[in-house]
Amino acid sequence: MRRLKYHQAISEATIQCMERDPNIFVAGIGVKDAGGMFGTTEEAEARFPDRVHDIPNCENAFAGITIGAAAVGKRPLVVHPRNDFMFLATDMLINLAAKWKYMYQNGTSVPVVTRGVVGRGWGPGATHSQSTHALFGHFPGLYVATPAFPADAKGLLVSALTGDVPVIILENRAVYELEEHVPEEMYSIPFGKARIIREGTDVTIVGASLMAYEAKRAADILSEQGISAEVIDPRSIRPLDEETILASVRKTGHLVVADTSWATYGFAAEVAAIAAEKAFAELRAPVRRVTLPDGPAPVSKPLEDIFHPTPMSIAQACIEVLRTDVQVGHVADVQAAFAGPY
Amino acid sequence: MPGTNAKTLLREMIRIRVAEETVARYYPEQEMRTPTHFSIGQEAVSVGVCQALERTDVAFSGHRCHGEYLAKGGSLLGMFAELYGRVDGCCKGRGGSVHLNDPSVGMVASSAILGETMATAVGSAWAFKMDGQPRVAVTFFGDGVCEEGIFHEALNFAAVKQVPVIFVCANNGLSTNTPLDVRQPKGNQIWKWAAGYGMPSVLIDGNDVFAVYDAAVKAVEHCRSGAGPSFIEATTFRARVHVGFETDDMKGYRFRSREAVEAGMALDPVARATTELVAKGVCTEAEVAAWTEAYERELEEVVAAAKASPFPSPDELLVGTY
Repeated sequence: MRRLKYHQAISEATIQCMERDPNIFVAGIGVKDAGGMFGTTEEAEARFPDRVHDIPNCENAFAGITIGAAAVGKRPLVVHPRNDFMFLATDMLINLAAKWKYMYQNGTSVPVVTRGVVGRGWGPGATHSQSTHALFGHFPGLYVATPAFPADAKGLLVSALTGDVPVIILENRAVYELEEHVPEEMYSIPFGKARIIREGTDVTIVGASLMAYEAKRAADILSEQGISAEVIDPRSIRPLDEETILASVRKTGHLVVADTSWATYGFAAEVAAIAAEKAFAELRAPVRRVTLPDGPAPVSKPLEDIFHPTPMSIAQACIEVLRTDVQVGHVADVQAAFAGPY
Repeated sequence: MPGTNAKTLLREMIRIRVAEETVARYYPEQEMRTPTHFSIGQEAVSVGVCQALERTDVAFSGHRCHGEYLAKGGSLLGMFAELYGRVDGCCKGRGGSVHLNDPSVGMVASSAILGETMATAVGSAWAFKMDGQPRVAVTFFGDGVCEEGIFHEALNFAAVKQVPVIFVCANNGLSTNTPLDVRQPKGNQIWKWAAGYGMPSVLIDGNDVFAVYDAAVKAVEHCRSGAGPSFIEATTFRARVHVGFETDDMKGYRFRSREAVEAGMALDPVARATTELVAKGVCTEAEVAAWTEAYERELEEVVAAAKASPFPSPDELLVGTY
């Protein structure tokens, strides 16, 4: 079984799609820097040097430039090594790309694919360790994917580059070195189809992006204490696979939602609302959200260590929801092996 | 289109003028329920540039897009049915006055957010360059856009990548109702900002359709030769209020003085081109009157057809979503 790291899976999807479709090009600020966007664009540049473009600093205009290119038939793949810079592109993505197909009603679409890397750990601080998924997920007209595992990262990127919808893909830096079996052939994973990472009967944990991985690790330490957690990775938060989440909640009667972002108006709030609206009768305890403390990200290590949700904090939430008092073990920080600065 | 004659330039302006005066006449009925920014007074910019383009070239506009939509070849029924919110509208009643488009004639998009379509035009032009296509993209915008960051981002990108885009700034001196001296440094010249990015940039009388056409032909040649972007600042005069059909006198000259408005109205591009062509014997006043009347008759039929077009059905509310 051939194994790939997360960034290698993204690279492979990019190259396979570029081989098939000459209209695909890759562009981004510093996309040709040594390392090639954490290993995701280097090989594409080597294979297709004329189709990988370094660009001036202009996130706002560039989002529009890619929309204008897509409107005449190109398929841009934009990469932001820090998704926080995508705030500068929000007007174009939200006011134009997301509304294009509806507002113009002329049969054209602008399938711009925008990848953004979410920072985590090693002191990137308030403006380099937040995730924009809930922001973009709010607006009809954008698909937002949050792959946590290599095989999903590949399949979702292939879907994005072969579909006709503007897609935001948010990739957490902390999962970039994860490795698993990834099929060699080009395959796509549909948006709006969640994956049950681990089956369980006592409590449902929903986590997007890095939190899917952390929820899986939480389920591991819970299982050591005899608690059976079902872990659901939505894979895309828009469209969101409500049915898979609801079916699990109906089975377990307990729901914990973990997120890499804040609680207020966020992804965790959305999942909790869906459960409250559609599975209220089956819930045997209030829903719990495990999210960031309600402040910007700190830099100082002791503060940063308590800022991000961990497998332990997710497991603790499950224990509280289940009204038991077992003690769970400790697992290493997801970025324990990460060497800075970048 | 290239090789166009002077009569066509005048006639195209009259088409837009009559269309918009027709909008103005019916607008008070409150049936065109969409905020509308009239192009009246600025037709020479739209027509002079679009007549220098091929059908396969593409154009983008902003909120004041009626002139460009029609000049690029957009259909009258598509525009009027859109204003009436009907299914025969160019956006089937989902876009409204500020989003007119017709890709079949290269009018790719109009957008109400300032500066968006400067960037999209650069993107289309970049795509043409990547594919080695001899096509040109044009973007129309006002002086208000030039204060946005995206103006500079778009010019910089176009200059760095040498893409075949023509930036056309119709400078009417107002952003909504805020005059230039409140918005830009004293004595600022917009075309010089563009020249600072190393592209050919000219300042022209935007109410002289022949001057606009000549400048556009040069810009198109420059673009098509692979020499990169160019910029045209065309000074003009907005004959109506920012949004709505009214003239300044109906608003008590709240935003511009009577003298300024009278001076601006005296520059009317349609009257000016008519006088010039009649004086040169290119056409007669009777001919011009006949074109105008023919358009007026056509527009009455267009209004009737637009009003007869059905509204989208409620079960089509979410068509175009996914």
